[in-house]
Amino acid sequence: MNVSYRWLSDYIDLSGISAQQLAEMMTRGGIEIDSVPSRNAGVTGVVVGYVKKREKHPDADKLSVCTVDAGTGEDLQIVCGAPNVGADMKVPVAVVGAKLPGGLNIKRAKLRGVESQGMICSARELGINDKLLPKEQQEGILVLPPDTEIGRDILDVLALDDSILELDLTPNRSDCLSMLGVAYEVSALTGRPLNLPEPAKDIFAASDSTADYVKVSISAPDHCSLYTARYIKGVQVAPAPQWMQNRLIAAGIRPINNIVDITNYVMLEYGQPLHAFDGGKVAGGRIDVRLAKANETLVTLDDQERKLELQMLVIADAEKAIGLAGVMGGANSEVSADTTDIILESAKFDGSTIRRTSRQLGLRSEASARFEKEVDYGRVRAALDRAAGLIARYAQGLVTEGVAEAEISAPESAVIELSLSRVNGMLGTELSSLEIKTILSRLQFEVEVGGDGVWKVTVPSRRTDITRDVDLVEEIARLHGYDEIPTTLIEGTTTAGSLTRPQSIRRELRAILTGAGVHEAISYSVTSLPRTALFAELSAGAKPIALAMPMSEERSVLRTTLIPSLLESAAYNLSRKNGDIALFEIGNVYHTDEETLTRLPHEKPRAALLLAGNRRTAAWNRTAESVDFYDAKGILEKVFERLGLSDRISYKAAQPTGFHPGRTAAIVLRTERGDETIGYVGQAHPETQREFDLPDTYVAEFELDPVYEYANSLIEYRTLPRYPAIERDIAVVVDRGVSGGDLTAAISASAGELLESVKVFDVYMGERIGNDKKSVALALVYRHGERTLTDEEVGEAHSRVLAELEQTYGAELRK
Amino acid sequence: MKERLEALRIEALDKLQSVADAAALNDLRVHYLGKKGQLTEILRGMGALSAEERPVIGQVGNEVRAAIEAVIAEKQEAFDRAATAHRLQAETIDVTLPGKSVSVGAVHPLNKVVQEIEDIFIGMGYTVAEGPEVETDFFNFEALNLPKNHPARDMQDSFYITDEILLRTQTSPVQIRTMKAMNGKTPVKVICPGKVYRRDDDDATHSFMFHQIEGLVIGPNIRMSDLKGTLLQFVQEMYGSQMQIRLRPSFFPFTEPSAEVDVTCAQCGGSGCRMCKHTGWIEILGCGMVHPKVLEYGGYDPKEVTGFAFGMGVERIALLKYGIDDIRHFYANDTRFLNQFAKM
Repeated sequence: MNVSYRWLSDYIDLSGISAQQLAEMMTRGGIEIDSVPSRNAGVTGVVVGYVKKREKHPDADKLSVCTVDAGTGEDLQIVCGAPNVGADMKVPVAVVGAKLPGGLNIKRAKLRGVESQGMICSARELGINDKLLPKEQQEGILVLPPDTEIGRDILDVLALDDSILELDLTPNRSDCLSMLGVAYEVSALTGRPLNLPEPAKDIFAASDSTADYVKVSISAPDHCSLYTARYIKGVQVAPAPQWMQNRLIAAGIRPINNIVDITNYVMLEYGQPLHAFDGGKVAGGRIDVRLAKANETLVTLDDQERKLELQMLVIADAEKAIGLAGVMGGANSEVSADTTDIILESAKFDGSTIRRTSRQLGLRSEASARFEKEVDYGRVRAALDRAAGLIARYAQGLVTEGVAEAEISAPESAVIELSLSRVNGMLGTELSSLEIKTILSRLQFEVEVGGDGVWKVTVPSRRTDITRDVDLVEEIARLHGYDEIPTTLIEGTTTAGSLTRPQSIRRELRAILTGAGVHEAISYSVTSLPRTALFAELSAGAKPIALAMPMSEERSVLRTTLIPSLLESAAYNLSRKNGDIALFEIGNVYHTDEETLTRLPHEKPRAALLLAGNRRTAAWNRTAESVDFYDAKGILEKVFERLGLSDRISYKAAQPTGFHPGRTAAIVLRTERGDETIGYVGQAHPETQREFDLPDTYVAEFELDPVYEYANSLIEYRTLPRYPAIERDIAVVVDRGVSGGDLTAAISASAGELLESVKVFDVYMGERIGNDKKSVALALVYRHGERTLTDEEVGEAHSRVLAELEQTYGAELRK
Repeated sequence: MKERLEALRIEALDKLQSVADAAALNDLRVHYLGKKGQLTEILRGMGALSAEERPVIGQVGNEVRAAIEAVIAEKQEAFDRAATAHRLQAETIDVTLPGKSVSVGAVHPLNKVVQEIEDIFIGMGYTVAEGPEVETDFFNFEALNLPKNHPARDMQDSFYITDEILLRTQTSPVQIRTMKAMNGKTPVKVICPGKVYRRDDDDATHSFMFHQIEGLVIGPNIRMSDLKGTLLQFVQEMYGSQMQIRLRPSFFPFTEPSAEVDVTCAQCGGSGCRMCKHTGWIEILGCGMVHPKVLEYGGYDPKEVTGFAFGMGVERIALLKYGIDDIRHFYANDTRFLNQFAKM
């Protein structure tokens, strides 16, 4: 809603309060004002001129030489390029010394050899948005009404000496979609009295009665509670007076003709949308408010044919629909230049009905915006009379006697109980009864004080947003001033704050991974359908969950795995020459087994890791080293170690989709339920790498729910060893298919309690030992906690190890 | 014999004066003091001396030895010092060259902000609650006093999956879930961080996915003044004790009274600058007293308890805190961007 400061001051004395100050006051009171632009975009020295004579320019086809009386005492000669300039016209003239928007200064000039003592202006040159002008005024110079006074300042004529308050209204304050509503608000804020317009009392001049011309009825009582109409004869359709056009333009509405402009003017003033039908086009003098019929269509005022649905509300005459109730009139009953009789409508339509219709048709109007937020029942009749009075005055209409109306039911005034203790208890204030009653009376809410300290507050019908005591508490708080509410601390039981176990573990994960040199990423939860299929095992059993109306294909389904987003981020980095990439993400994936969701999907928390490029970059004293599988695995090992899961986690070669089949391991967690694969770590498959245009890239992803379940922060302290260890290194030759993990597991199992640790420290493959063999060197450490070991004891354990390796894996001891 | 010893002393000291290096010094030591050296050689003739002369000559021999040894030790020390100095000189490096870099990653700036806010509220006795990102229409809207066809639903355009299931548009549904889980008990003191989704064309200040942090307090006597006090404490811990807050009346369907909260502009300290559009204030969150209908949906009797709630956009706070110019940076995961947040 755009509110003209000058117009508003018709209803309330604003002296001493500038537009800026008013905007600040309203914003602090809860009606946010976005900005307060001046209507004057920088015009000075432009006056009304009368074109006495127009002649063609001797040397230019498109120019005219005009003789203009601008009230300066002598006629001015002005060269004008507009095709629509003509003799006997009133026009805006920028005389020498005038200033126009954009820093243009008007000087004496010669145009193609002819002197010009000023400039005749178009609306655009005066800084007016010409989209808001009547169509015939959008081209060429602005033509003013013939009765405009010569020499008058154009700022005054066009009411440009004004500021606009641009209200950014919250949905509850639809009462401020009207000048009167804003005036009530300003009155409550300032305590100044209101000066409200009074609809003319004796507006009917015709000798006959409305009932002779029109009868109204409501066949859809759930959707319309009051319909009123007046019949006005003999109207002369013409432009509305300049002052009214100025106000419409200031509010952002384009003037059309006096009838339409008056309905719009009263809508802006009262917040009640009105509609005028051409009385001659309404069949049978009948108006019925009904629901649309099957297959019914209506061409609306914007010349669009609308297919109507059964739940849409229409205005119909004896034969057909003539308007879409509360949204837009029908072309078949439109007021035109030769209209003489009109039926003027003012009604209360149900908000949600209008809202639904407007949404279904994608058709929003100033009227629907007001109806859908519920107009004030109490202003329906007043607005009708106000508009009829203006039509009688500015369109020479003869208003017939009486109002044709149908009323289903009038709403009861809201009466809300409130007490002093409720107000102060809710706000933490110490307001007195008198202070509260003063505030409520400024809002023009009636207060009836009961003997038991409970007040009965009657809310006027214009404030449909106030239905409960808390709504009144807010009114009191905002008018008292939120700044006046004290600052206190919560009383009562103290509580201990904490993170949940999953939240603590996620923070731990972030600490470990960032410590390992990996950056945390956050990527979008929605992706494209093909992306969900890339790593099938990580999306096992998950049906894609598609958005009903996605904004693009790339973001149309919920992600089922994290790795594709990390691959996208890696590609993004690579294309910006950030070649060494280490990223992790902790986030949800969304799994369901339903084709169409009937219950919420399973949101599975996961962690993912991506490494590409160099582990360390080249520097003056070292060479670069590329990352490999063991970097990714090493990070995971450290993660699980820090989470107390090392004993439960193992890695098994695996070939899941999307991964390199020879360089991928399943991450297996030992649980009470048995071994569970909780994720994978490996190189992305070369085809996957190619799809994202990536070099060798190592990725991992695993479930966090089992991690939350088994993570163990218990630290079991063991005293430091007091007796020396005995170290034995061995190298064994085995088939290449035997894994290091197999060998260390066999050694741990067979060595007995004396074995403290076993580690692979070298792997060799080469022709010397045969192409199908490899040599694995292992370091074994033996120790006894209570005494020094003897060579015999170690020898015995060591022989068991060698025997086991030979027996199970055909291992040959390398000498 | 005494004369020979004196002569040896003079000769030895003379030679030692001009010795050039440690090796030559060692040679001289062997030559004069070694087992087959000059001094031993002379003293071997002591057997021929008389009993009176022997101690006298012995005394002289010891003095000569001591004198030569002292000079040798002195020379040796000088040579050692020179050798050390030489080695240090040889080992000198250019300490201005860069060290071997150790990479450390950064927590994402949004999570950094979330963790900071969580910690402030944990210190004030709050627990951290979470809820699903895919929500029912009931929890996301209806239970928050936003019935279907309510005009206030226009405030948020949503991503629906079915008619009843959507991506949550706010973290507020966690309020309802928390209340239901509390089963009517008080006090409730939670904050709820999480991702939310709204249909919005992405640009420098809008993202269809973003993060919110919601707060909810319910108790037998919670007042709007407590809300102000809580937010002031939060803002001062987050931005510094000189910061002030300002509440402006506003509207949210799930709170009444409702307010928007401005904080002192950190850029200008409140004197007015471009960042705060010359107002001295920056809007950072919305809040209010929990609407009675919402309390009822959560299983509380609005006559028995009151509560307050507040919500803020994490991106907005991070943008303001770090002076980031484009919200899309948060989701591109450019390592040059992320690396800037690897600090305490």
